[in-house]
Amino acid sequence: MEPEISRVGLLDYGTRLRRARLGLLVALIPVLMLFVSFTSAYVVRQGLPSLDPRTNNLIRDWIPVALPRLLLLNTFVLLVSSVSMELARRQIRARAVMETNSTGTGVSSSDPTRMPWLGMTLVLGFAFLFGQWTAWKQLAANGFYVSTTPSSSFIYLLTGAHAAHLLGGVVALLIASVAALLHRSLKTRSIVVDVTAWYWHFMALLWIYIFGLMKFVS
Amino acid sequence: MATHESAAHASHAHAAPQGFIRKWIFSLDHKVIGLQYYFLALTAVFVGMFLSLLMRIHLIWPTATLPFFGEIKPETYLSLLTMHGTIMVFFVLTTAPQGGFGNYFLPIQIGAPDMAFPVLNMLSFWTTFLGFIVLLAAFVVTGGAPLHGWTGYAPLSALQSAGPGEGLGADLWITSIAIFCIGALMGALNFITTTLDMRAKGMTMMRMPLTVWAWFVTAILGLLAFGVLLSAGILLLMDRNLGTSFFVPLVTVNGQLTGHKGGSPLLWQHLFWFFGHPEVYIAILPAMGMCSQLLSVFSRKPIFGYKAMVYAIMAIGFLGFMVWGHHMFMSGMSPYTAFAFSIMTMGIGVPSAIKTFNWLGTLMRGRIRFTSPMLFAIGFVSLFVTGGISGPFLAQPVLDIYLHETYFVIAHFHLIMGVASIFGIFAATYYWFPKMFGRMMNEPLAKLHFWLTFVGAYAIFMPMHYYGMSAGLRRYSQSTEVAFILRLLPIQRFITIAAFITIASQFIFVINLFWSMFKGAKASDNPWEATTLEWITATPPPHDNFGGRTPVVNNGPYEYSVPGTPRDFVMQTDPEIKPKH
Repeated sequence: MEPEISRVGLLDYGTRLRRARLGLLVALIPVLMLFVSFTSAYVVRQGLPSLDPRTNNLIRDWIPVALPRLLLLNTFVLLVSSVSMELARRQIRARAVMETNSTGTGVSSSDPTRMPWLGMTLVLGFAFLFGQWTAWKQLAANGFYVSTTPSSSFIYLLTGAHAAHLLGGVVALLIASVAALLHRSLKTRSIVVDVTAWYWHFMALLWIYIFGLMKFVS
Repeated sequence: MATHESAAHASHAHAAPQGFIRKWIFSLDHKVIGLQYYFLALTAVFVGMFLSLLMRIHLIWPTATLPFFGEIKPETYLSLLTMHGTIMVFFVLTTAPQGGFGNYFLPIQIGAPDMAFPVLNMLSFWTTFLGFIVLLAAFVVTGGAPLHGWTGYAPLSALQSAGPGEGLGADLWITSIAIFCIGALMGALNFITTTLDMRAKGMTMMRMPLTVWAWFVTAILGLLAFGVLLSAGILLLMDRNLGTSFFVPLVTVNGQLTGHKGGSPLLWQHLFWFFGHPEVYIAILPAMGMCSQLLSVFSRKPIFGYKAMVYAIMAIGFLGFMVWGHHMFMSGMSPYTAFAFSIMTMGIGVPSAIKTFNWLGTLMRGRIRFTSPMLFAIGFVSLFVTGGISGPFLAQPVLDIYLHETYFVIAHFHLIMGVASIFGIFAATYYWFPKMFGRMMNEPLAKLHFWLTFVGAYAIFMPMHYYGMSAGLRRYSQSTEVAFILRLLPIQRFITIAAFITIASQFIFVINLFWSMFKGAKASDNPWEATTLEWITATPPPHDNFGGRTPVVNNGPYEYSVPGTPRDFVMQTDPEIKPKH
């Protein structure tokens, strides 16, 4: 018996966008689990006493670290970048939809330099990463290295892990920018930008959480 | 319109590649990637078996000089044990059922042309492959492979100076695990998105084969668990190389203070087992799915209690995250905490029993066809029950404190997590081989392989229960120098001989596998008269699985022997049959 079949429909923009967003949503879960896991280690480690070999007494070795004030500025930079990321997302999305409606070719003819918000987000992203690096330098200048005290270990760990994830977003934006030069379709680029935007917002929220954890749970 | 098509193709429905490298090495086709995972696992399982054989020989013949390793010192034995466990758990039990068969058959069984993100799928395999190479590299660096067991307990695993394998070897081990986590996460992301978003028309969630359900829930477990293992691995690497003290308390090695203080070895255990217990289900759930599928096909009956099976898979997955503490009863945990973990652990017995009774219910009064895949599926049920029944013993803290460091635990987890999963892999291989390679495997050889492996597995692992109950200790390299353990040596001898025969009989499988690829009898498109979507397409399936078309599903996956239908099976794409009730 011949099975009932239908022709494979070619994937439209909406399907591709939905699938990419679903993929991102799923991908955020392990990122969340990674930081949930770090948080549980943070809380557990904070409550542990340590044996002092000289006096043979149990002492607390968790020395609260004064966070560099620069982190406040970095937070501000990241939040502004989140806004510009959102504007970039809406801009490229509108163009992709407009292009679909007008020509239906799906191939970009737009000038890559006409994406000011995308460029601004990239600059702010790099600024944030540089700011975090500078904050590390300041911590070290104050005598807090990775192994100095468990609280400084966690500060380096959490900021480092967050920065590594944000760097992933920066790379995705770079790809979206370079893709324009390679004449990839505007739709494909708009999907990359859309997904990166949601990721970027997640990174901003995650940073606020991490900052709060380091500031108030120490 | 032409450009529109090409744009869509470029992004997803990639054309069939022609060159060897794009077709077989850096392939985007989920079927090729599935085979790559499968052959990676096949390679890994032989490495792992070889290591176990060396351990078995050493246990009964401690003075023997062995190939590659020479004289087995206690620390060499620990290296063998560590690498055997790590290779088997990660690169065999996680790789073959999920990465191998899941990749090959999940998209076909839901009527999709490929995975949702083919490039990510390719990266996922090559990441896993890299992880395997990094792990094997630990054998050849100075100091050799690590000693800390596949569970990597700190502080042994966290101090470079703690032993010969704990230098670069241990760093490579942790790096390998971290790489594996990233590969597994990419795979899980693809499995979940594909299942949720790419099912063919009519393929509702409750019409999915139980194999798909098992792969789907396994992917969710992986998604939640591997991130935690990754975090633990990062902390461990920092302790080892940056001087932090997450896991290392104030401790001396050879009379010298290490400079660490205040860390908690228990923190490692919690993080590790929060991953480690779900990992057990990551290994066994796909085998459960395959077993359910095969019992129905070869009993020519619908699976008994489809919905109950789906909910049981979910319940096992959910409870799997609640019980990690039962690996830590020995750690001095509060009896109240232990009690809670104990109750939850025994709770897993409920969905497990539901599944077992449903399997038996499927077999009952079926017109059973005793093909080789069916024998392995029945063998799986047998091993699952035998291995599972010792679970409630170990779930009780009072008994576990006695049994934990003995071979009783070895027997328990090898039967249920190791051999049962392997039987799932064998069943799946014999069942899907015709679809994958277009030829049938040799049936008499397959049956010989089944009986030797089935009897062999029991001959190896049943005596270990007695050895354990007689206080035979695990991880000890010496079985002759302690008087009370020496008295148990005949058991070890028997086990080693059984292991030799069982491992030798695996070559029957390998010969059959490769011989049948080229010389086996030609397979028809649906040799087992099964109903799911992989059997409506050509053998082997074309690049986009259904030759430019997509199936429309009208029936559930297990419509066998339906009264009033011309054949004893109704394909999922056949016109909708009337509900039976």
